[in-house]
Amino acid sequence: MPKIDTFIKGILDILPLMIPVVPFGIIYGVIGVEIGFSPMEVFAMSFVIFAGSSQIAFAQLFAAGASPLVMISSVAVINSRHILYGAVLAEYLGKLRLTWKILLSYLMADQAFSVSSAYFKKNQKNKNVHFHMLGSGLTLWSLWQLSTLIGIVLGNIVPAQLGLEFAIPLTFFSLILSELRKLDHIVIILISGICSVLTYNFPFKIYIIFSAIFSLIISIMINKKFK
Amino acid sequence: MIWTWIFIAGIITFLTRYSMIALIKPKTLNETTKKALTYVPSAVFPAIIFPAVFLDKQGDFIYILSPQILAFFVAVIVGYLSKNVILTISSGLISFWIFSYFLY
Repeated sequence: MPKIDTFIKGILDILPLMIPVVPFGIIYGVIGVEIGFSPMEVFAMSFVIFAGSSQIAFAQLFAAGASPLVMISSVAVINSRHILYGAVLAEYLGKLRLTWKILLSYLMADQAFSVSSAYFKKNQKNKNVHFHMLGSGLTLWSLWQLSTLIGIVLGNIVPAQLGLEFAIPLTFFSLILSELRKLDHIVIILISGICSVLTYNFPFKIYIIFSAIFSLIISIMINKKFK
Repeated sequence: MIWTWIFIAGIITFLTRYSMIALIKPKTLNETTKKALTYVPSAVFPAIIFPAVFLDKQGDFIYILSPQILAFFVAVIVGYLSKNVILTISSGLISFWIFSYFLY
């Protein structure tokens, strides 16, 4: 398949997944402004970090007065799932030139990984598979920047009384919907959640990273025990 | 100062994405690590969700019949049944506004 066709296929494959991404970007933009960041800072996070959930957590922790070390390590834990994506994609992207590896790594967000890794698996003979991820990744990237901008503009208009901050837990909850039918995940969700409210007043706002690591250790123990 | 932290967060995020691809021989992660990484969203996100729903800014538990707790349970039910991201967020927000209007 020619490069341009593969590229377009990547765009088309990811488009349906963009329906929730756009409101998520808008919510991030609005909340970033309402929390007290400058429009430039809100936008820079979308450009530099380019990982929605960690951006919201980063902004929220900063606003709550967390120490930088806690902010950074929370971002690291939230984004550690990408290591798994990288391990899956390495088989296909490992042979590419350095610039390609860097570009596609930067674009490796959840949805791009999900559609392009599926495409790679099915089209092992296509030598230009990486153009698929360029298409999916760039589409996601552009819409994320655009929706952030819309959110920043709206954030200056939307009244704070609307309580849009409540969209933060709702958005994060919507990201784990697919886990709600798995018993092991429900146990981890409850352990992490209960741990976080109990440790909320620990110093330096370590409750997120503490609860995450605590429940991950429990998840490893559960798996060892039942397998 | 915030700019420094934004860039460090960006570099760390990039490294989580790049690390495995950068390896010359694609090394496969061991099974325990792989399995643990699939739990990351379920381990991290509730730690952001629960305090935002159940605690006030000082970290004290809020009244159980508060609009945001009721609205969150609406979102949980809608989310579980529909598995739809947009329906989940909008049902939660709209019921939050409705509960806030009637309970105050």
